[in-house]
Amino acid sequence: MSFAWAKPYEPKTALGHWVDERLPLPRMIYGAVGGGYPVPRNLNYAWNFGVLAGVFLMIQIVTGIVLAMHYYSSVGGAFASVEHIMRDVNYGWMLRYAHANGASFFFIVVYIHIFRGLFYGSYKAPRELVWMLGLVVYLLMMATAFMGYVLPWGQMSYWGAQVITGFFSAFPLVGDPLRIWLLGGYAPDQAALTRFFSLHYLLPFVIAAVVILKTWALHIPGSSNPTGVDVKAEKDTLPFHPFYTAKDGWFVLAFLMAYFAVVFFLPNALGHADNYIEANPLATPAHIVPEWYFLPFYGILKAFTVDLSIPFTDIVIAPAKLLGVISMFASILILFLLPWLDRSPVRSGHYRPLFKRFYWLLVIDVLVLGWAGGAVPTAPVVATMQLATIYYFAHFLIILPIISKIERPLPLPQSISSSVLHGEAEESAPYGLAKSNA
Amino acid sequence: MAEDTKTVEGSTEDGVRRRDFLNIAAVSFAGVGAGAVVIPLLSQMAPDADVRALASIEVDVSSLQPGQGIVASWRKQPVFIRKLTHAEMAEADQVPLDALRDPATLADRTKEGHRDMLIQLGVCTHLGCVPLGIKPGESKGDYDGYFCPCHGSHYDSAGRIRKGPAPTNLAVPDYVFNSDTVVTIG
Repeated sequence: MSFAWAKPYEPKTALGHWVDERLPLPRMIYGAVGGGYPVPRNLNYAWNFGVLAGVFLMIQIVTGIVLAMHYYSSVGGAFASVEHIMRDVNYGWMLRYAHANGASFFFIVVYIHIFRGLFYGSYKAPRELVWMLGLVVYLLMMATAFMGYVLPWGQMSYWGAQVITGFFSAFPLVGDPLRIWLLGGYAPDQAALTRFFSLHYLLPFVIAAVVILKTWALHIPGSSNPTGVDVKAEKDTLPFHPFYTAKDGWFVLAFLMAYFAVVFFLPNALGHADNYIEANPLATPAHIVPEWYFLPFYGILKAFTVDLSIPFTDIVIAPAKLLGVISMFASILILFLLPWLDRSPVRSGHYRPLFKRFYWLLVIDVLVLGWAGGAVPTAPVVATMQLATIYYFAHFLIILPIISKIERPLPLPQSISSSVLHGEAEESAPYGLAKSNA
Repeated sequence: MAEDTKTVEGSTEDGVRRRDFLNIAAVSFAGVGAGAVVIPLLSQMAPDADVRALASIEVDVSSLQPGQGIVASWRKQPVFIRKLTHAEMAEADQVPLDALRDPATLADRTKEGHRDMLIQLGVCTHLGCVPLGIKPGESKGDYDGYFCPCHGSHYDSAGRIRKGPAPTNLAVPDYVFNSDTVVTIG
């Protein structure tokens, strides 16, 4: 850690000394999540979701490995093997429901984590790489979750595989060969199922590796905090252990209660009933929708119909299909540019009155996109998706750059400790007039 | 050899040493080797011999009455075979070509002498779902043809794209009529 007051690791036993001189692994752990990592003292509950995401990554890896001990990746046997897990394997029903709902809760946690970062400016200097590595984790999570959903080889599995590999066919020239290469055939079949199993096993370990890089990058500047004000002195911080291990610990338990309530009492509430029908390559279900955590992006994809009056220069170069696919990918890739689109020097949304309003509009916009993405594409739904898609991109490309220029932020607290240890009156005093500054 | 003594050992007058060439040659050869490793690692994912061994299929269409359709499976994909009614053919012929996103007449999409037999892949050209409309009772969309439930593409009675995100008409596979009643697809 870069703070001068971080407590150095001191081995207490002879064995500890012996290990520390040869492989200082306990020293590294102590500095990362122990008493040697000072953390701002004013973190609120929005800061619990990083650790929680790590917990769900572990839940998914452990339940995933045990499910792979009973699952067959064969087109003729995959669906039956999942039912075998449900009926015959000891606690198989619980492990499968824990894994399936674990994916949903992983995404709930990550969405809250992302929107926390968006509100508190956690993507701003010097934490740009933390943000970008997080986006890499998010992209890997989506790829992993997609391939995992294919494995039971139900109707939603099959048609999800058909549609999502179909995204790649939108690209001119390379599109169709790329899709056939991804599938190993002309439609999802044995080759596709087997390779998705292999990659679904691989990617969580890649995610774990990127999470290590992300944590490493975070620990250089240290955690951000709700004021967005930099840590200036020791009294601004608390050691991670025991203060934040305890807070994270109790919050993880509280959140897991909600998770297990769903696993035990509503295990199919977040899933789609059609995935209990075995895959049929000759019939698409009439009410096909992706998993809920993909719906906003699905809304952006579906917003591009040719009827939409986008000024094409050449209709052959940018058909609706390609525009939809590019926009869907761009809706995530644009977040990589966020640290350079939002130029306001004030990090926290608490002190940005204009930003705050547009932030909540963005939250509503993403919820609307998610609702429209799951609805039947009738004319009003399509129009809603188109407006919401325009707003989504306008937020990042137009609104954020403008408000970071014209906004007059509220006065910031002098320090993290003054925002915590003194009252709201001092915090809201005009710059230079607070008592602690006198 | 007399020139060599004036410069650093092994180098020519413009400062290029033979060792520089060796470095370039070694790195280049390592690049070739890396490429030779990557090619099989990528190529193994392309369709294997099993999948490439694509048989053609024969379909008996003698039992089809006008207005009836069947779904055959070819290359693991559905093929829609539909005997059109006179009303559907007339409807398809009435559409002006410049109203179409992917202009084609019904005659272009069927075989000479079998204008009533519409054979096309039942794969939406958007992202590959199977459109509804070939079976009785399914939604036929706004143009009396096919409706894809995935992203709302509408096809007309000749399988031409009319509305929604799909870029082209339903694909017509290679096929021949062996006789009046048997079609070979593929």
